[in-house]
Amino acid sequence: MDWYPLWNSLRIAAISSVLVFFLGILCAYYVARLPRLVKGLLDVVLTLPMVLPPTVCGYFLLLVFGARRPLGMLLARWGIKFVMTWYGGVLTALVVAFPLMYRTARGAFESFDCTLAHAGQTLGLSNTFIFWRIRMPACKQGILAGFVLAFARALGEYGATSMMIGYTPGRTATISTTVYQLWRTNDDGGAFFWVMVNLAISAVVLLAVNLLEARQKKEARP
Amino acid sequence: MSLQVDIEKRLGHFTLRAKFEAESGITGLLGASGCGKSYTLKCIAGIETPDRGRIVLDGDVLFDSEKRINKKPQQRHVGYLFQSYALFPNMTVEENILCGLHGVRDKAEKKRACAEALKMFQLEDVAGHKPSALSGGQQQRAALARILVNRPKLLMLDEPFSALDTHLRMRLKLQMLDALRSYGGPVLLVTHSRDEAYHMCGQIAVMDAGRAYPPVSTKELFANPGTVHAAILTGCKNIAPAQKAGEKLLYVPSWGIQLETALPVPDSVTHVGIRAHYFSTRETRNRYPVAFAGDMEEPFEWVIEFRYGNQRPDTPTIWWRLPKEKRPGQMPEALGIAPVNVLALRDGK
Repeated sequence: MDWYPLWNSLRIAAISSVLVFFLGILCAYYVARLPRLVKGLLDVVLTLPMVLPPTVCGYFLLLVFGARRPLGMLLARWGIKFVMTWYGGVLTALVVAFPLMYRTARGAFESFDCTLAHAGQTLGLSNTFIFWRIRMPACKQGILAGFVLAFARALGEYGATSMMIGYTPGRTATISTTVYQLWRTNDDGGAFFWVMVNLAISAVVLLAVNLLEARQKKEARP
Repeated sequence: MSLQVDIEKRLGHFTLRAKFEAESGITGLLGASGCGKSYTLKCIAGIETPDRGRIVLDGDVLFDSEKRINKKPQQRHVGYLFQSYALFPNMTVEENILCGLHGVRDKAEKKRACAEALKMFQLEDVAGHKPSALSGGQQQRAALARILVNRPKLLMLDEPFSALDTHLRMRLKLQMLDALRSYGGPVLLVTHSRDEAYHMCGQIAVMDAGRAYPPVSTKELFANPGTVHAAILTGCKNIAPAQKAGEKLLYVPSWGIQLETALPVPDSVTHVGIRAHYFSTRETRNRYPVAFAGDMEEPFEWVIEFRYGNQRPDTPTIWWRLPKEKRPGQMPEALGIAPVNVLALRDGK
Protein backbone atom coordinates (compact mmCIF):
# COMPACT_ATOMS: atom_id res chain seq x y z
CA MET A 1 0.00 0.00 0.00
CA ASP A 2 1.43 3.34 -1.08
CA TRP A 3 0.56 6.03 1.47
CA TYR A 4 2.49 8.73 -0.37
CA PRO A 5 -0.59 10.72 -1.60
CA LEU A 6 -1.85 11.07 1.98
CA TRP A 7 1.48 12.28 3.27
CA ASN A 8 1.96 14.62 0.30
CA SER A 9 -1.55 16.08 0.55
CA LEU A 10 -1.20 16.67 4.27
CA ARG A 11 2.14 18.43 4.00
CA ILE A 12 0.99 20.58 1.09
CA ALA A 13 -2.20 21.54 2.93
CA ALA A 14 -0.43 22.10 6.28
CA ILE A 15 2.43 24.22 4.97
CA SER A 16 0.30 26.28 2.59
CA SER A 17 -2.45 26.92 5.15
CA VAL A 18 0.06 28.05 7.80
CA LEU A 19 1.61 30.43 5.26
CA VAL A 20 -1.83 31.59 4.19
CA PHE A 21 -2.77 32.13 7.83
CA PHE A 22 -0.07 34.76 8.38
CA LEU A 23 -0.22 36.25 4.88
CA GLY A 24 -4.01 36.51 5.00
CA ILE A 25 -4.03 38.19 8.40
CA LEU A 26 -1.28 40.59 7.38
CA CYS A 27 -3.02 41.60 4.15
CA ALA A 28 -6.43 41.82 5.84
CA TYR A 29 -5.07 44.04 8.61
CA TYR A 30 -3.39 46.49 6.25
CA VAL A 31 -6.01 46.47 3.50
CA ALA A 32 -8.79 47.15 6.03
CA ARG A 33 -7.06 50.45 6.87
CA LEU A 34 -6.46 51.66 3.31
CA PRO A 35 -8.50 54.38 1.57
CA ARG A 36 -11.67 53.05 -0.07
CA LEU A 37 -10.54 53.18 -3.71
CA VAL A 38 -7.23 51.37 -3.18
CA LYS A 39 -9.02 48.93 -0.91
CA GLY A 40 -11.59 48.09 -3.57
CA LEU A 41 -8.92 47.55 -6.20
CA LEU A 42 -6.65 45.40 -4.04
CA ASP A 43 -9.67 43.49 -2.87
CA VAL A 44 -10.50 42.44 -6.42
CA VAL A 45 -6.94 41.34 -7.15
CA LEU A 46 -6.56 39.42 -3.89
CA THR A 47 -9.93 37.70 -4.17
CA LEU A 48 -9.71 36.76 -7.87
CA PRO A 49 -8.25 33.26 -7.30
CA MET A 50 -11.41 32.39 -5.35
CA VAL A 51 -13.78 33.09 -8.23
CA LEU A 52 -11.59 32.05 -11.17
CA PRO A 53 -11.83 28.43 -12.31
CA PRO A 54 -8.87 26.51 -10.82
CA THR A 55 -7.60 25.67 -14.30
CA VAL A 56 -7.35 29.38 -15.09
CA CYS A 57 -5.36 29.89 -11.89
CA GLY A 58 -3.13 27.02 -12.92
CA TYR A 59 -2.67 28.56 -16.34
CA PHE A 60 -1.60 31.87 -14.81
CA LEU A 61 0.77 30.12 -12.43
CA LEU A 62 2.41 28.31 -15.33
CA LEU A 63 2.59 31.63 -17.17
CA VAL A 64 4.66 33.05 -14.33
CA PHE A 65 6.60 30.07 -13.02
CA GLY A 66 6.82 27.94 -16.17
CA ALA A 67 10.28 26.55 -17.00
CA ARG A 68 10.64 28.77 -20.07
CA ARG A 69 9.32 31.97 -18.42
CA PRO A 70 11.68 34.70 -17.13
CA LEU A 71 10.84 34.17 -13.46
CA GLY A 72 10.89 30.39 -13.85
CA MET A 73 14.30 30.53 -15.48
CA LEU A 74 15.61 32.91 -12.84
CA LEU A 75 14.43 30.65 -10.04
CA ALA A 76 15.87 27.62 -11.81
CA ARG A 77 19.33 29.16 -11.44
CA TRP A 78 19.01 28.70 -7.67
CA GLY A 79 17.63 25.24 -8.19
CA ILE A 80 14.07 26.24 -7.37
CA LYS A 81 11.52 24.66 -9.66
CA PHE A 82 7.82 25.01 -8.92
CA VAL A 83 6.59 22.99 -11.89
CA MET A 84 6.21 19.25 -11.27
CA THR A 85 7.48 19.40 -7.66
CA TRP A 86 5.64 18.88 -4.37
CA TYR A 87 6.49 22.38 -3.18
CA GLY A 88 4.99 23.69 -6.41
CA GLY A 89 1.84 22.16 -4.95
CA VAL A 90 2.35 24.28 -1.83
CA LEU A 91 2.58 27.42 -3.97
CA THR A 92 -0.55 26.46 -5.93
CA ALA A 93 -2.56 25.70 -2.80
CA LEU A 94 -1.35 28.95 -1.27
CA VAL A 95 -2.62 31.03 -4.17
CA VAL A 96 -5.96 29.24 -4.34
CA ALA A 97 -6.63 29.17 -0.57
CA PHE A 98 -5.37 32.67 0.20
CA PRO A 99 -8.62 34.56 -0.63
CA LEU A 100 -10.60 32.42 1.83
CA MET A 101 -8.34 33.36 4.73
CA TYR A 102 -8.00 36.96 3.58
CA ARG A 103 -11.76 37.46 3.17
CA THR A 104 -12.82 35.98 6.49
CA ALA A 105 -10.01 37.68 8.42
CA ARG A 106 -10.86 41.01 6.84
CA GLY A 107 -14.51 40.62 7.75
CA ALA A 108 -13.48 39.87 11.33
CA PHE A 109 -11.13 42.86 11.50
CA GLU A 110 -13.75 45.19 10.06
CA SER A 111 -16.32 44.18 12.64
CA PHE A 112 -13.79 44.69 15.44
CA ASP A 113 -14.84 47.39 17.88
CA CYS A 114 -12.18 50.07 17.40
CA THR A 115 -12.83 51.64 20.78
CA LEU A 116 -11.07 48.62 22.31
CA ALA A 117 -7.91 49.49 20.39
CA HIS A 118 -8.31 53.16 21.25
CA ALA A 119 -8.78 52.32 24.92
CA GLY A 120 -5.57 50.30 24.79
CA GLN A 121 -3.71 53.17 23.16
CA THR A 122 -4.83 55.73 25.72
CA LEU A 123 -3.72 53.32 28.46
CA GLY A 124 -0.26 53.43 26.86
CA LEU A 125 -0.29 49.83 25.58
CA SER A 126 1.92 49.22 22.54
CA ASN A 127 0.31 48.59 19.15
CA THR A 128 1.90 45.12 19.06
CA PHE A 129 0.30 44.23 22.39
CA ILE A 130 -3.03 45.59 21.21
CA PHE A 131 -2.83 43.55 18.00
CA TRP A 132 -1.95 40.19 19.55
CA ARG A 133 -3.68 40.41 22.92
CA ILE A 134 -6.83 42.41 22.14
CA ARG A 135 -7.56 42.51 18.41
CA MET A 136 -6.65 38.91 17.58
CA PRO A 137 -8.55 37.29 20.48
CA ALA A 138 -11.60 39.40 19.65
CA CYS A 139 -11.43 38.24 16.03
CA LYS A 140 -10.56 34.65 16.95
CA GLN A 141 -13.77 33.11 15.62
CA GLY A 142 -13.48 34.65 12.18
CA ILE A 143 -9.80 33.93 11.86
CA LEU A 144 -10.21 30.33 12.93
CA ALA A 145 -13.04 29.87 10.45
CA GLY A 146 -10.85 31.33 7.71
CA PHE A 147 -8.00 29.01 8.60
CA VAL A 148 -10.18 25.91 8.47
CA LEU A 149 -11.66 26.94 5.13
CA ALA A 150 -8.19 27.60 3.75
CA PHE A 151 -6.92 24.23 5.00
CA ALA A 152 -9.90 22.39 3.52
CA ARG A 153 -9.47 24.20 0.20
CA ALA A 154 -5.74 23.44 0.12
CA LEU A 155 -6.38 19.79 0.88
CA GLY A 156 -9.01 19.44 -1.83
CA GLU A 157 -7.21 21.48 -4.50
CA TYR A 158 -7.29 19.65 -7.84
CA GLY A 159 -7.54 21.81 -10.96
CA ALA A 160 -4.63 24.18 -10.59
CA THR A 161 -2.54 21.50 -8.89
CA SER A 162 -2.89 19.00 -11.70
CA MET A 163 -1.80 21.66 -14.20
CA MET A 164 1.12 22.86 -12.12
CA ILE A 165 2.54 19.66 -10.70
CA GLY A 166 0.72 16.96 -12.62
CA TYR A 167 0.51 13.42 -11.28
CA THR A 168 3.70 11.48 -10.64
CA PRO A 169 3.25 8.59 -8.19
CA GLY A 170 5.64 8.93 -5.28
CA ARG A 171 6.60 12.48 -6.21
CA THR A 172 3.69 14.85 -6.81
CA ALA A 173 0.63 12.66 -6.32
CA THR A 174 -1.97 14.08 -3.92
CA ILE A 175 -5.19 12.49 -2.73
CA SER A 176 -7.33 14.39 -5.21
CA THR A 177 -5.11 13.74 -8.22
CA THR A 178 -4.79 10.09 -7.17
CA VAL A 179 -8.58 9.68 -7.00
CA TYR A 180 -8.91 11.01 -10.54
CA GLN A 181 -6.01 8.95 -11.86
CA LEU A 182 -7.25 5.68 -10.31
CA TRP A 183 -10.81 6.25 -11.46
CA ARG A 184 -9.59 7.07 -14.98
CA THR A 185 -7.61 3.85 -15.12
CA ASN A 186 -10.66 1.84 -14.01
CA ASP A 187 -9.28 1.14 -10.51
CA ASP A 188 -12.61 1.86 -8.88
CA GLY A 189 -11.63 0.19 -5.60
CA GLY A 190 -8.48 2.27 -5.26
CA ALA A 191 -10.36 5.47 -6.02
CA PHE A 192 -13.02 4.57 -3.45
CA PHE A 193 -10.35 3.94 -0.83
CA TRP A 194 -8.81 7.40 -1.29
CA VAL A 195 -12.26 8.99 -1.33
CA MET A 196 -12.83 7.42 2.09
CA VAL A 197 -9.47 8.70 3.35
CA ASN A 198 -10.38 12.19 2.21
CA LEU A 199 -13.79 11.93 3.87
CA ALA A 200 -12.18 10.86 7.14
CA ILE A 201 -9.75 13.78 7.15
CA SER A 202 -12.50 16.30 6.42
CA ALA A 203 -14.70 14.83 9.16
CA VAL A 204 -11.86 15.02 11.70
CA VAL A 205 -11.15 18.65 10.78
CA LEU A 206 -14.80 19.67 11.11
CA LEU A 207 -15.14 17.79 14.39
CA ALA A 208 -12.09 19.58 15.78
CA VAL A 209 -13.55 22.95 14.81
CA ASN A 210 -16.86 22.15 16.47
CA LEU A 211 -15.09 21.06 19.66
CA LEU A 212 -13.02 24.25 19.68
CA GLU A 213 -16.13 26.37 19.24
CA ALA A 214 -17.95 24.56 22.01
CA ARG A 215 -15.03 25.10 24.36
CA GLN A 216 -14.93 28.77 23.47
CA LYS A 217 -18.61 29.18 24.20
CA LYS A 218 -18.10 27.51 27.57
CA GLU A 219 -15.21 29.86 28.31
CA ALA A 220 -17.22 32.92 27.37
CA ARG A 221 -19.91 32.00 29.88
CA PRO A 222 -19.35 33.37 33.38
CA MET B 1 -2.86 70.98 36.50
CA SER B 2 -4.56 72.52 33.51
CA LEU B 3 -5.64 71.80 29.97
CA GLN B 4 -5.75 74.25 27.08
CA VAL B 5 -7.56 73.30 23.92
CA ASP B 6 -7.86 75.36 20.76
CA ILE B 7 -8.59 73.19 17.75
CA GLU B 8 -10.33 73.22 14.39
CA LYS B 9 -11.44 70.32 12.22
CA ARG B 10 -13.64 70.10 9.15
CA LEU B 11 -16.14 67.31 9.62
CA GLY B 12 -18.38 66.83 6.61
CA HIS B 13 -21.21 69.32 7.01
CA PHE B 14 -19.76 71.40 9.82
CA THR B 15 -16.51 72.63 11.25
CA LEU B 16 -15.56 71.74 14.79
CA ARG B 17 -14.15 74.73 16.65
CA ALA B 18 -13.31 74.08 20.27
CA LYS B 19 -11.46 76.58 22.41
CA PHE B 20 -11.47 76.24 26.16
CA GLU B 21 -9.38 75.78 29.25
CA ALA B 22 -10.00 73.42 32.11
CA GLU B 23 -8.45 73.44 35.55
CA SER B 24 -8.66 70.76 38.23
CA GLY B 25 -12.25 69.79 38.93
CA ILE B 26 -14.94 68.59 36.58
CA THR B 27 -15.66 70.56 33.43
CA GLY B 28 -18.75 69.58 31.49
CA LEU B 29 -19.09 69.65 27.70
CA LEU B 30 -22.83 69.97 27.22
CA GLY B 31 -24.34 69.62 23.77
CA ALA B 32 -26.89 67.79 21.64
CA SER B 33 -25.79 64.49 20.09
CA GLY B 34 -23.69 64.89 16.97
CA CYS B 35 -22.37 68.35 17.88
CA GLY B 36 -18.75 67.21 18.10
CA LYS B 37 -18.39 66.60 21.85
CA SER B 38 -16.94 63.12 21.61
CA TYR B 39 -14.84 64.12 18.62
CA THR B 40 -13.24 66.84 20.75
CA LEU B 41 -12.30 64.23 23.34
CA LYS B 42 -10.85 62.00 20.62
CA CYS B 43 -8.69 64.88 19.38
CA ILE B 44 -7.38 65.45 22.90
CA ALA B 45 -6.67 61.73 23.32
CA GLY B 46 -4.84 61.62 19.98
CA ILE B 47 -7.22 59.14 18.38
CA GLU B 48 -8.29 61.76 15.83
CA THR B 49 -6.15 64.56 14.43
CA PRO B 50 -7.45 68.14 14.17
CA ASP B 51 -6.71 70.21 11.05
CA ARG B 52 -5.35 73.13 13.00
CA GLY B 53 -4.68 74.22 16.53
CA ARG B 54 -2.94 73.41 19.76
CA ILE B 55 -3.56 71.17 22.75
CA VAL B 56 -1.48 71.68 25.88
CA LEU B 57 -1.78 69.59 29.02
CA ASP B 58 0.14 70.68 32.07
CA GLY B 59 2.69 72.59 29.98
CA ASP B 60 3.20 69.51 27.80
CA VAL B 61 2.34 70.20 24.14
CA LEU B 62 0.29 67.25 22.90
CA PHE B 63 -0.60 68.76 19.55
CA ASP B 64 0.56 71.83 17.69
CA SER B 65 -0.17 72.11 13.99
CA GLU B 66 2.31 74.95 13.47
CA LYS B 67 5.21 73.19 15.17
CA ARG B 68 4.09 69.88 13.67
CA ILE B 69 3.79 68.21 17.03
CA ASN B 70 1.32 65.33 17.22
CA LYS B 71 2.01 62.95 20.05
CA LYS B 72 0.81 59.37 19.89
CA PRO B 73 -2.08 58.47 22.21
CA GLN B 74 0.37 56.30 24.14
CA GLN B 75 2.52 59.33 24.99
CA ARG B 76 -0.28 61.64 26.09
CA HIS B 77 -1.15 60.20 29.51
CA VAL B 78 -4.82 60.94 29.04
CA GLY B 79 -7.47 58.70 30.58
CA TYR B 80 -10.51 58.08 28.39
CA LEU B 81 -13.62 56.42 29.76
CA PHE B 82 -15.57 55.34 26.67
CA GLN B 83 -19.33 55.33 26.55
CA SER B 84 -19.22 51.54 26.15
CA TYR B 85 -16.41 51.33 28.78
CA ALA B 86 -14.26 49.38 26.25
CA LEU B 87 -13.21 46.69 28.72
CA PHE B 88 -11.20 44.00 26.94
CA PRO B 89 -13.72 41.15 26.60
CA ASN B 90 -11.13 38.36 26.50
CA MET B 91 -9.58 39.34 29.84
CA THR B 92 -10.84 39.15 33.39
CA VAL B 93 -11.48 42.28 35.46
CA GLU B 94 -8.15 41.78 37.18
CA GLU B 95 -6.29 41.38 33.87
CA ASN B 96 -8.02 44.49 32.56
CA ILE B 97 -6.79 46.49 35.54
CA LEU B 98 -3.30 45.03 35.16
CA CYS B 99 -3.32 46.45 31.60
CA GLY B 100 -3.53 49.87 33.20
CA LEU B 101 -0.52 48.99 35.35
CA HIS B 102 1.71 47.84 32.48
CA GLY B 103 4.16 50.64 33.23
CA VAL B 104 4.92 49.30 36.71
CA ARG B 105 7.97 47.05 36.43
CA ASP B 106 8.09 45.69 39.99
CA LYS B 107 5.83 42.61 40.13
CA ALA B 108 4.99 42.83 43.84
CA GLU B 109 4.17 46.51 43.53
CA LYS B 110 1.97 45.79 40.51
CA LYS B 111 0.06 43.12 42.41
CA ARG B 112 -0.39 45.38 45.42
CA ALA B 113 -1.65 48.31 43.31
CA CYS B 114 -4.11 46.01 41.52
CA ALA B 115 -5.44 44.57 44.78
CA GLU B 116 -5.84 48.07 46.16
CA ALA B 117 -7.80 49.22 43.10
CA LEU B 118 -10.03 46.13 43.21
CA LYS B 119 -10.80 46.90 46.84
CA MET B 120 -11.35 50.60 46.33
CA PHE B 121 -13.78 50.04 43.47
CA GLN B 122 -15.54 47.14 45.20
CA LEU B 123 -14.55 44.68 42.50
CA GLU B 124 -12.91 42.01 44.69
CA ASP B 125 -15.77 39.55 44.25
CA VAL B 126 -15.71 39.79 40.45
CA ALA B 127 -11.93 40.08 39.96
CA GLY B 128 -11.80 36.73 38.13
CA HIS B 129 -14.88 37.35 35.96
CA LYS B 130 -14.98 38.42 32.35
CA PRO B 131 -16.57 41.84 31.72
CA SER B 132 -19.61 40.24 30.06
CA ALA B 133 -20.56 38.71 33.43
CA LEU B 134 -20.60 42.10 35.17
CA SER B 135 -23.47 44.51 35.76
CA GLY B 136 -23.37 47.90 34.06
CA GLY B 137 -22.25 49.61 37.26
CA GLN B 138 -19.48 47.09 37.87
CA GLN B 139 -18.28 47.47 34.29
CA GLN B 140 -18.09 51.20 34.74
CA ARG B 141 -16.16 50.86 37.99
CA ALA B 142 -13.76 48.37 36.40
CA ALA B 143 -13.12 50.69 33.45
CA LEU B 144 -12.57 53.64 35.75
CA ALA B 145 -10.23 51.60 37.96
CA ARG B 146 -8.23 50.52 34.90
CA ILE B 147 -7.83 54.17 33.89
CA LEU B 148 -7.04 55.60 37.32
CA VAL B 149 -4.31 53.05 38.18
CA ASN B 150 -2.61 54.28 35.02
CA ARG B 151 -2.34 57.74 36.70
CA PRO B 152 -3.50 59.93 33.80
CA LYS B 153 -2.84 63.67 33.84
CA LEU B 154 -6.31 64.29 32.47
CA LEU B 155 -9.47 62.24 32.75
CA MET B 156 -12.17 62.31 30.08
CA LEU B 157 -15.59 60.76 30.59
CA ASP B 158 -17.74 60.24 27.49
CA GLU B 159 -21.44 60.05 28.42
CA PRO B 160 -20.54 57.88 31.42
CA PHE B 161 -24.10 57.18 32.55
CA SER B 162 -25.98 56.82 29.28
CA ALA B 163 -25.56 53.03 29.12
CA LEU B 164 -27.07 52.52 32.59
CA ASP B 165 -30.61 52.00 33.79
CA THR B 166 -32.21 55.14 35.14
CA HIS B 167 -32.58 53.81 38.66
CA LEU B 168 -28.83 53.12 38.88
CA ARG B 169 -27.71 56.47 37.59
CA MET B 170 -28.07 58.51 40.77
CA ARG B 171 -26.16 55.98 42.88
CA LEU B 172 -23.41 55.71 40.28
CA LYS B 173 -23.10 59.47 39.98
CA LEU B 174 -22.45 59.63 43.71
CA GLN B 175 -19.94 56.76 43.50
CA MET B 176 -18.20 58.41 40.57
CA LEU B 177 -17.94 61.74 42.42
CA ASP B 178 -16.49 59.82 45.35
CA ALA B 179 -13.90 58.09 43.19
CA LEU B 180 -12.96 61.35 41.47
CA ARG B 181 -12.42 63.18 44.74
CA SER B 182 -9.08 61.40 45.23
CA TYR B 183 -8.07 62.23 41.65
CA GLY B 184 -6.36 65.62 41.54
CA GLY B 185 -6.26 66.41 37.82
CA PRO B 186 -8.74 68.02 35.48
CA VAL B 187 -11.77 66.01 34.36
CA LEU B 188 -13.76 66.55 31.16
CA LEU B 189 -17.25 65.13 31.15
CA VAL B 190 -19.20 64.93 27.91
CA THR B 191 -22.97 64.77 28.23
CA HIS B 192 -26.20 65.75 26.56
CA SER B 193 -28.10 65.62 29.84
CA ARG B 194 -28.52 68.88 31.72
CA ASP B 195 -29.17 66.97 34.96
CA GLU B 196 -25.93 65.06 34.65
CA ALA B 197 -24.03 68.26 33.89
CA TYR B 198 -25.64 70.02 36.84
CA HIS B 199 -24.97 67.14 39.26
CA MET B 200 -21.38 66.48 38.30
CA CYS B 201 -19.73 69.61 36.92
CA GLY B 202 -18.34 72.74 38.53
CA GLN B 203 -18.22 74.50 35.20
CA ILE B 204 -19.81 73.83 31.84
CA ALA B 205 -18.84 74.60 28.24
CA VAL B 206 -21.85 74.55 25.93
CA MET B 207 -21.32 73.07 22.46
CA ASP B 208 -23.44 73.81 19.43
CA ALA B 209 -22.89 72.54 15.87
CA GLY B 210 -19.18 72.05 16.35
CA ARG B 211 -18.57 75.19 18.34
CA ALA B 212 -17.59 75.08 22.01
CA TYR B 213 -18.26 78.20 24.06
CA PRO B 214 -15.92 79.12 26.93
CA PRO B 215 -16.85 77.33 30.16
CA VAL B 216 -18.84 79.20 32.80
CA SER B 217 -19.76 78.11 36.30
CA THR B 218 -22.68 75.71 36.38
CA LYS B 219 -24.87 77.87 38.61
CA GLU B 220 -24.23 80.88 36.40
CA LEU B 221 -25.08 78.96 33.23
CA PHE B 222 -28.43 77.81 34.56
CA ALA B 223 -29.29 81.23 36.05
CA ASN B 224 -28.33 83.11 32.91
CA PRO B 225 -27.72 80.93 29.85
CA GLY B 226 -27.11 83.93 27.56
CA THR B 227 -27.77 82.18 24.24
CA VAL B 228 -30.86 80.46 22.86
CA HIS B 229 -28.86 77.28 22.44
CA ALA B 230 -27.60 77.23 26.02
CA ALA B 231 -31.13 77.92 27.22
CA ILE B 232 -32.47 74.90 25.31
CA LEU B 233 -29.64 72.68 26.56
CA THR B 234 -30.23 73.70 30.15
CA GLY B 235 -33.87 72.74 29.73
CA CYS B 236 -35.64 76.03 29.11
CA LYS B 237 -38.97 75.12 27.51
CA ASN B 238 -40.51 78.49 26.56
CA ILE B 239 -38.50 80.54 24.10
CA ALA B 240 -39.91 83.26 21.85
CA PRO B 241 -38.47 86.08 19.72
CA ALA B 242 -38.19 89.34 21.70
CA GLN B 243 -37.01 92.92 21.27
CA LYS B 244 -35.44 95.37 23.66
CA ALA B 245 -38.11 97.83 24.80
CA GLY B 246 -36.31 99.68 27.56
CA GLU B 247 -33.38 99.53 29.99
CA LYS B 248 -34.92 96.51 31.75
CA LEU B 249 -37.84 95.77 29.50
CA LEU B 250 -38.45 93.21 26.74
CA TYR B 251 -41.26 93.18 24.19
CA VAL B 252 -42.43 89.73 23.07
CA PRO B 253 -44.51 90.28 19.91
CA SER B 254 -45.81 86.72 19.49
CA TRP B 255 -47.08 86.58 23.07
CA GLY B 256 -48.36 90.18 22.90
CA ILE B 257 -46.75 91.17 26.23
CA GLN B 258 -43.90 93.15 27.73
CA LEU B 259 -41.65 91.59 30.38
CA GLU B 260 -39.63 93.34 33.05
CA THR B 261 -36.15 91.92 33.71
CA ALA B 262 -33.89 92.13 36.78
CA LEU B 263 -30.68 92.81 34.83
CA PRO B 264 -30.26 95.41 32.09
CA VAL B 265 -31.23 93.94 28.70
CA PRO B 266 -28.24 93.66 26.30
CA ASP B 267 -28.63 95.30 22.88
CA SER B 268 -27.92 91.99 21.16
CA VAL B 269 -31.05 90.34 22.60
CA THR B 270 -33.12 88.34 20.10
CA HIS B 271 -35.21 86.01 22.27
CA VAL B 272 -36.73 85.63 25.69
CA GLY B 273 -36.72 82.43 27.71
CA ILE B 274 -38.97 81.47 30.61
CA ARG B 275 -38.39 78.16 32.41
CA ALA B 276 -41.56 76.14 32.83
CA HIS B 277 -41.20 76.15 36.63
CA TYR B 278 -41.09 79.92 36.96
CA PHE B 279 -44.70 80.93 36.37
CA SER B 280 -46.46 81.90 39.56
CA THR B 281 -50.08 82.38 40.58
CA ARG B 282 -49.15 84.87 43.30
CA GLU B 283 -46.46 86.94 41.59
CA THR B 284 -47.80 90.37 40.71
CA ARG B 285 -45.01 91.51 38.39
CA ASN B 286 -45.07 90.52 34.72
CA ARG B 287 -48.62 89.36 35.34
CA TYR B 288 -50.80 88.80 32.27
CA PRO B 289 -54.11 87.06 31.58
CA VAL B 290 -53.80 83.46 30.38
CA ALA B 291 -56.12 80.88 28.80
CA PHE B 292 -55.90 77.17 29.60
CA ALA B 293 -55.03 75.06 26.52
CA GLY B 294 -54.39 71.54 27.83
CA ASP B 295 -52.45 69.54 30.38
CA MET B 296 -50.37 66.41 30.83
CA GLU B 297 -49.87 64.45 34.01
CA GLU B 298 -46.41 63.29 35.09
CA PRO B 299 -45.61 61.11 38.12
CA PHE B 300 -45.04 64.05 40.47
CA GLU B 301 -45.82 67.12 38.43
CA TRP B 302 -48.38 68.65 36.13
CA VAL B 303 -47.47 70.20 32.82
CA ILE B 304 -50.09 72.77 31.92
CA GLU B 305 -50.32 74.33 28.47
CA PHE B 306 -51.64 77.85 28.19
CA ARG B 307 -51.75 80.89 25.91
CA TYR B 308 -51.51 84.55 26.80
CA GLY B 309 -54.66 86.59 26.19
CA ASN B 310 -53.17 88.47 23.24
CA GLN B 311 -50.95 85.66 21.98
CA ARG B 312 -50.83 85.13 18.23
CA PRO B 313 -52.80 81.95 17.45
CA ASP B 314 -50.14 80.51 15.14
CA THR B 315 -47.47 80.37 17.88
CA PRO B 316 -46.84 77.37 20.16
CA THR B 317 -48.52 77.09 23.54
CA ILE B 318 -46.55 77.92 26.70
CA TRP B 319 -45.63 75.24 29.25
CA TRP B 320 -46.06 75.66 32.97
CA ARG B 321 -44.74 72.92 35.21
CA LEU B 322 -45.75 72.66 38.86
CA PRO B 323 -45.76 70.10 41.70
CA LYS B 324 -49.01 68.17 41.93
CA GLU B 325 -50.03 69.44 45.34
CA LYS B 326 -49.66 73.03 44.13
CA ARG B 327 -52.11 72.73 41.25
CA PRO B 328 -54.98 75.14 41.85
CA GLY B 329 -58.55 73.80 41.74
CA GLN B 330 -59.26 75.81 38.63
CA MET B 331 -56.97 77.50 36.13
CA PRO B 332 -55.97 81.00 37.34
CA GLU B 333 -57.00 84.00 35.27
CA ALA B 334 -53.47 85.37 35.12
CA LEU B 335 -49.86 84.30 35.80
CA GLY B 336 -46.86 86.36 36.85
CA ILE B 337 -43.08 85.90 36.49
CA ALA B 338 -40.45 87.35 38.83
CA PRO B 339 -38.17 89.64 36.74
CA VAL B 340 -35.11 87.64 37.83
CA ASN B 341 -36.59 84.63 35.99
CA VAL B 342 -36.97 86.41 32.65
CA LEU B 343 -33.97 85.26 30.57
CA ALA B 344 -32.76 87.66 27.89
CA LEU B 345 -31.18 85.51 25.17
CA ARG B 346 -29.29 86.07 21.95
CA ASP B 347 -29.21 83.89 18.89
CA GLY B 348 -25.56 82.95 19.21
CA LYS B 349 -24.86 83.03 15.47
